[in-house]
Amino acid sequence: MSTPAIELKNISKTFGSIAANKGVNLTVYNGEILSLLGENGSGKTTLMNMISGIYFPDAGHIYIDGKEVVIRSPKDAFDHRIGMIHQHFKLVDIFTAAENIVLGLEEGGRFNIKEAENKVREISTRYGFDIDPTKKIYEMSVSEKQTVEIIKVLYRGANILILDEPTAVLTPQETKKLFAVLRKMKEDGKAIVIITHKLHEVLEISDRVSVLRKGEYIGTLETANTDESELTEMMVGKKISLNIDRSEPKDSVDRLEINNLDCITRDGVKILDNISFTVKSGEILGIAGIAGSGQKELLESIAGLQKVRNGEIIYHNPKTGSTDSLRDKTPMQIKELGVRLSFVPEDRLGMGLVGNMDIIDNMMLRSYRKGKSVFLNRKKPRSLADKIITDLEVVTPSANTPIRRLSGGNVQKVLVGREISAAPTVLMVAYPVRGLDINSSYLIYNLLNEQKEKGVAVIFVGEDLDVLIELCDRILVLSSGRVSGIVDGRTTDKSEIGLLMTKGEEGGEGNVEE
Amino acid sequence: MSKNKKETKEPLFHLAKRPAIEWWKAWLIRGAAIISSLIVCALIIVVLTKQNPLEVYAALFKGSFGTQRKFWAMLQKLAILLCISLAVTPAFKMKFWNLGAEGQVLFGGLCSMVLMFEIGDKIPNLLLIIAMLIASILGGILWALFPAVLKAKWGTNESLFTLMMNYIAIQLVSFAIMVWVPSGSSVMGLVNSSTKAGWLPSLLGQKYLLNIIVVAVLTIVMFIYLKYSKQGYEISVVGESENTARYIGINVKKVIIRTMILSGALCGLAGFLLVAGTNHTISKDLAGGDGFTAIMVSWLAKFNPITMVVTSFLIAFLQRGAGEIATNFNLNTSIADILTGIIIFFIIGCEFFINYQIKSTKEKEGK
Repeated sequence: MSTPAIELKNISKTFGSIAANKGVNLTVYNGEILSLLGENGSGKTTLMNMISGIYFPDAGHIYIDGKEVVIRSPKDAFDHRIGMIHQHFKLVDIFTAAENIVLGLEEGGRFNIKEAENKVREISTRYGFDIDPTKKIYEMSVSEKQTVEIIKVLYRGANILILDEPTAVLTPQETKKLFAVLRKMKEDGKAIVIITHKLHEVLEISDRVSVLRKGEYIGTLETANTDESELTEMMVGKKISLNIDRSEPKDSVDRLEINNLDCITRDGVKILDNISFTVKSGEILGIAGIAGSGQKELLESIAGLQKVRNGEIIYHNPKTGSTDSLRDKTPMQIKELGVRLSFVPEDRLGMGLVGNMDIIDNMMLRSYRKGKSVFLNRKKPRSLADKIITDLEVVTPSANTPIRRLSGGNVQKVLVGREISAAPTVLMVAYPVRGLDINSSYLIYNLLNEQKEKGVAVIFVGEDLDVLIELCDRILVLSSGRVSGIVDGRTTDKSEIGLLMTKGEEGGEGNVEE
Repeated sequence: MSKNKKETKEPLFHLAKRPAIEWWKAWLIRGAAIISSLIVCALIIVVLTKQNPLEVYAALFKGSFGTQRKFWAMLQKLAILLCISLAVTPAFKMKFWNLGAEGQVLFGGLCSMVLMFEIGDKIPNLLLIIAMLIASILGGILWALFPAVLKAKWGTNESLFTLMMNYIAIQLVSFAIMVWVPSGSSVMGLVNSSTKAGWLPSLLGQKYLLNIIVVAVLTIVMFIYLKYSKQGYEISVVGESENTARYIGINVKKVIIRTMILSGALCGLAGFLLVAGTNHTISKDLAGGDGFTAIMVSWLAKFNPITMVVTSFLIAFLQRGAGEIATNFNLNTSIADILTGIIIFFIIGCEFFINYQIKSTKEKEGK
């Protein structure tokens, strides 16, 4: 075969005592799409960041078109015609698409935005993008922003494109569109790397697939000659079953009732719009939607952390049989009402836990007020910490280790463990498996199922539709802050949810109030 | 593949974050930093003043340990600095940037002085001292409460606000001195030097012993408060993440105000100790910059009150020693400040090497 567009040999990178990459080899040819597959934390992004000049490798060699190069900065990477599209977009909101695209280019002569716009249009027609170069970023949907990022690297003449989890923020329909574009770029002779942990996408789009596991290079396969179970085994290291048990809800009664909930952000953007639904005990209610459709605000409204403009939040207390309104109550007042509400927020270290405190002190967060003494009692938190470490197999040097030193999966186990230990009647979890490896993810799913069987009303905000469909009894779909549908998890499919996710979407992530 | 010429030059070395470091290694680095700072100071002394650096270092030690009087003066300096450091620590732990310790000490001191000057010979001494103590503490609280309430209610910037309060306190003191000193001099002499009304008593013949004991007790209490009390725990949570605090139902505003009351009260106490225990007079330099130095003491000790004893000793020792050098060798006091600056620069700078390591790029080819 011809000279590879890019070749990595024996690349290593360590952060502190953690080896993110150990002697990784990788080859990408022009005119092919290579999937870089691995679980979260397996070192995919780190590896690609070394090619795009964000990190510098501790050891190893990089060859581009057969010549060894040293990439010290993103600028070096551009000079070698490497472009990376990051998971988190790096765009200036108040600039137009074209302005963002030319931003930072050091071209001689006068700046001519018209010319840039024409060039953007030319690239768009060539690869089949659908973009208006004069549209401002803040008016764009997530997929449009992604398009701008891709055109940005093409505009700079990139020959090697790296996309970091490009489908994470897209609906199934938008993903299809993206894949069509990628195929066109491939025909044009570009070398494309897509980082992902979704197997079906690997099989759908790529020519070859390279697998990383815990920072080590496992191997490369022709996509045509492999299947999901082989790839999973390479990724995880052992065969595991990918089924989630789903029992039928028993003795389900209404636990939480949300009526006509409205909520606006500080800037006057309506983020929740007339939301109504009921959560029943003994069931898992899934919440699906594109990122930023109001999931966070919905959960925080229920938890008493978000101001509500209109509507009701009603809790049916199973002990007393009374119904209480939770609206406009602080988390403390909700607790004092006897509502056992547990909440695993999306931002684990920024909201659910304190990164610089050890496991014991983090256990205390919910319970430290108990008792009249002015001093803390660390006895119970200590035994709870020990129990969670053993029960959930938390990997930690000790219970006195600061939480931020633990890996993402272990942090999540500590948080979920603490929230479940309060014997909740309502359990809300937001993206509980984000950043977790497959084993930890399944441990979390099993914990949620256990809670459901105990009669807890579980609200599960997720992003992986396959998981939502397998795990949840009912799935509520949010679109631009509205409920666009509530479907039965046993009968629905991905395309139905996908359509609901974009139903009634009007450009941006919310509607500005008049 | 043949090795082609590399297209870009490789960097010579790069930085990498260290994994957790053993405590003895950390102290080894800190020790090395102090020694290297002394070497650099020696070079500067030789170049600028042609003095023998060893003699200069001897003077540095004499500043604190030369005579018994100097030793006690150093301890008193340490006690006040430590007291102010203890005062700012809860606020800093809460990430409330209280830059107003200087003003809180000054206003607290002023409150004491008002009583001492105006009613000094009219009420029994014990009653006067108690009244002064209470007035100082309330004064410190008042000075801290303004920025705290505004921050809690409207999210104003506390750094600017506390800083401005310093200037108000300075002007108030200047005004009071103008009223009290009829000659028009801006310097106020010892107050009640004949009756010693409002002067803290000497213990065991040592004038500063009471100050030192008060601060020693305070250090232990603060350590226990921050580590073992529920309020101390709330301070940590609010400081680490306000979102987490809200999530678990902590009333963040209440904690901010409560903690600043504590911080201001202790600054007021420091003002009282300075006026009643040490100076028996007041000037706008009452705190003498300790309100800012305390921030460094607190940070260097990573907000641990016990470690703060060591860091405030270090600073007090350096400042006393630097002063001694200046007088002994007939040098301008600026040289003393230069030396202190260099030493502190090294001490703070070495924390970088405790957290990061420098890797040579050459090594990577190894094996």
